[in-house]
Amino acid sequence: MVEHLPALQVVLPLVAAPLIVLARSPRFAWLATTAVSYACLVIAALLATRVATLGAFSYALGSWAPPWGIEYRVDALSAFVLVAVALTASFVAPYARRSIAAELDADRQYLMYAMYCLCLAGLLGITVTGDAFNLFVFLEISSLASYVLIALGRRRQALVAAFQYMLMGTVGATFYVIGVGLLYLVTGTLNLADLAERLRGVEDLRPVLAALAFITVGIGLKLALFPLHQWLPNAYAYAPSMATAFLAATATKVSVYVLLRFYFTVFDPAALFDRLPTRETFLALSVAAMILASLVAVFEREVKRLFAWSSVAQIGYITLGIGLENHAGLTGSIAHLLNHGVTKGAIFLLLGGVALRSGAASISVGSLAGLGRRMPLTAFGLVIAGLSLIGVPGTAGFVTKWFLILGAIEREAWWVVGAILASSLIAVAYVWRLVEAAYLRAGQGTRREAPAGMLAAGLAMAGLCVYFGFFTSINVAGASDAASFLLRGAR
Amino acid sequence: MKDDIILRVVAKLLTPFMLLFALYVQFHADFGPGGGFQAGVIAAAAVVFYALVFGLRAGLRLVPEAVAERMLAAGALLYAGVGLAGIALGGNYLDYFVLDADAVHGQHRGIFWVEVGVLFTVSGVMLKLFYMFAGRGGTRDERGGE
Repeated sequence: MVEHLPALQVVLPLVAAPLIVLARSPRFAWLATTAVSYACLVIAALLATRVATLGAFSYALGSWAPPWGIEYRVDALSAFVLVAVALTASFVAPYARRSIAAELDADRQYLMYAMYCLCLAGLLGITVTGDAFNLFVFLEISSLASYVLIALGRRRQALVAAFQYMLMGTVGATFYVIGVGLLYLVTGTLNLADLAERLRGVEDLRPVLAALAFITVGIGLKLALFPLHQWLPNAYAYAPSMATAFLAATATKVSVYVLLRFYFTVFDPAALFDRLPTRETFLALSVAAMILASLVAVFEREVKRLFAWSSVAQIGYITLGIGLENHAGLTGSIAHLLNHGVTKGAIFLLLGGVALRSGAASISVGSLAGLGRRMPLTAFGLVIAGLSLIGVPGTAGFVTKWFLILGAIEREAWWVVGAILASSLIAVAYVWRLVEAAYLRAGQGTRREAPAGMLAAGLAMAGLCVYFGFFTSINVAGASDAASFLLRGAR
Repeated sequence: MKDDIILRVVAKLLTPFMLLFALYVQFHADFGPGGGFQAGVIAAAAVVFYALVFGLRAGLRLVPEAVAERMLAAGALLYAGVGLAGIALGGNYLDYFVLDADAVHGQHRGIFWVEVGVLFTVSGVMLKLFYMFAGRGGTRDERGGE
């Protein structure tokens, strides 16, 4: 059975979705979703240990040997991302029951669960597949599901936000598939490993350069790379709480994975980074994201939007490591996929509880006044996760920044070190606004915590922020293996 | 349109043949153009045509919305089930070779059931889309008196 795990990783959530639609019962939907999410985490963990001991391995879908058939391939990088996605899912799924029951009509709840399962299947599929076109199919599965997840939000603006995201996302997916089409034109293959071999020596051909440009911009849209991030704040702000937490922690991260895969294992990194201005472009865009998006967050009134802007800034940290293109920088980048996932996941899960208790569809920073008294545990969790966003030592965020700074010093890019510190200081400013409102301002209302299931999921994720800050055997060790793997393929 | 006798008679005559043609496109796809996608659209078009002439309510009596929704889920499940059957019979996921003692016949059998799954999902999706658009606005009677 072990050899089928790469396929089952994707098939389980994919089968759960139609079962949920057939059953049409919110209770069954929740049970199936939770069971599948935990099963996915177990499978991802098994795959990761197998890769750590035996090395990368591949699975021939339909028993057609690669490169003719579709190949699923698990290596150090994809195993790490699989664990990150499944880990988030295993916290979001138990949380979903109360949250969805509070935010959606009874006759739509099962659809929300079905879409969540499809989105999970798509994200895991993107990560596990070794085929460029199969990757596009999973990209579409996860994107279409996430448009619906966002559109199911309580406010009418959710529809506009979902439509905006759909326009941008469709452009992104189209650009990606144009890029893949050009590569297919040049090489006659869609298998990623086979593409890598056939592209050696023809990197300077114009179609290959055009493919690189299309794929970079297309995936850049999906991952909200700085000037292409406009869809993100609205999408996160108006989506149902559970969808925001899940998408913020996983969707953009998986897109970063796609970019890493293409940059370091398909295209020749030597040509990419030495003969093209890739390094400069990524450093400039990342630093712009880190500073500008953080500044916007400082002045944002609505809390979910504030953290959505903070996500744009944090994605800047992740892409910064690509620009640094050395082991420390990439370790920071890859570790931040998980570190930022648990941090932002915790924040949005806890904010879902705040929204549920306040009864309002949107939470302004002002309405958090007195939260420390009304919901002490939630407020405490938010502060912990906030510290991780800033990058205080002892939290997951610090680990990332430590490696990014090491990478920048190694490149002697002192202005990048300065930008990381400046961006952290701005993060202090926007997190402080919350702390000030929650603890220093008097508010009304009696003490009433979020429902136990929601609170537990949020606090557990906040706990992970601290755990990953002290015990780095999962996040840093995994990311370091993945970075070595990428750079080994590189030179 | 249900007051026009020509339309009514033609619609009644054509609908079963359209469904039959869908089955032809579905099962003749081994030898000619066609397959689950095309057949699914043709089958759904037959029901849509019927609903256009006799009213949405009549169409919903023919294929209720809940049935359309279950069709689209059942089709996807059938497709995934064929894949899992491959694993159960000792092959990989979506392995058709092991579905029969003879590998070529196994491929036939696999693609046959997968295409049946596609037929159900595609016609279910087309009908669900039609019902959702047709059900918007209008009077209660035109919507089929939900």
